[in-house]
Amino acid sequence: MMNYIWGFLMVISVISSFVTGRIKELSDAVLNGAAESVEFIISILGMMALWTGIMKIAEKSHITDFLSKIFSPFIKLLFGNGSLNESAFKAVCMNITANLLGLGNAATPFGIKAMKEMQKSNLNSEYATNSMIMFIIVNTASLQLVPTFLCTLRQKNGSENPLNILPILWLTSIIALVFGVAITKLMEKAGNNNE
Amino acid sequence: MSNFGFYVIPVVLAITVILGILKKVSVFDVFLKGASEGINSTFSIAPSLIGLITAVSMIKASGALDIFANFAEPISNIIGIPAQIIPLAILKPISGSGSIALLDNIFKNFGTDTDIGKIASVIMGSTETTFYTLTVYFGCIGVKKLRHAVACALVTDLVAIVCSTILVKLF
Repeated sequence: MMNYIWGFLMVISVISSFVTGRIKELSDAVLNGAAESVEFIISILGMMALWTGIMKIAEKSHITDFLSKIFSPFIKLLFGNGSLNESAFKAVCMNITANLLGLGNAATPFGIKAMKEMQKSNLNSEYATNSMIMFIIVNTASLQLVPTFLCTLRQKNGSENPLNILPILWLTSIIALVFGVAITKLMEKAGNNNE
Repeated sequence: MSNFGFYVIPVVLAITVILGILKKVSVFDVFLKGASEGINSTFSIAPSLIGLITAVSMIKASGALDIFANFAEPISNIIGIPAQIIPLAILKPISGSGSIALLDNIFKNFGTDTDIGKIASVIMGSTETTFYTLTVYFGCIGVKKLRHAVACALVTDLVAIVCSTILVKLF
């Protein structure tokens, strides 16, 4: 699937650039894109190191155990009982906490950790497990209490009340989450093993 | 209140470190151990990031999004999504920084507190950079068959986009 997505992006952009006559722009984008991606990796390197370091402290001082207890009914409902090993469970909790607090940059390292832990108990390592897909869906619905960056951008552009969209935003995220989880559960039941 | 955001990171860091010290954890040693794990996992996802970020900047430069927006317009008119929102709805699943630039543009042209400004804000906050998430999360562990992940994730995004339009118009 990943092969198709990447191939599709590449082929479509070359064809579109011929249609729109933006071949020079495309050629620049290839060169800049590769360079930009390295800049991006260096910039997340610090974030990754910082937040995985902080998570280790949180683990050793049992903060993650506490968070696991709070989220465990919710996670058991979504993932099913016992489908996550202990480390995966904790990483999922940390990821959800970071997302709720609007710390998107911190959520990614926890998410990667969660995926790695889930992969350890995956019997067929080329295939995504149900838990992995459910985890992606929970992330896609993107439930945040305070979307800091969005509110800052609204304020910067002269919003009278940057926070007044929050109730609609929460409601939308919750509806999307419920819907996404429902359809994922249906697909699990249907036993869809296609790519 | 909008300054609230600035408190989140320092407070989270302080609470973690203070609790660590109280529980007699050797905080710096433990931090170093975690940090080096973080560095290793970043390097392990580097190749897939380079491939995908390049592909995304190619898509942005090629004008494919404009072509796609033209096709999507009649469909979105049926659902009632304003035409000005469509490029954002298409770009958000692909590129976080690209969609921020686009959102800023929408705010400047249509204002933050108009229907369009509000719908754009809600879409921005309630959807994820889905393709980025899929690539990074599955790429870092070498899973190749994503099964129903892409379909379900995109449906979730679509529900959020439709909902944000309906709810903003309703309230």
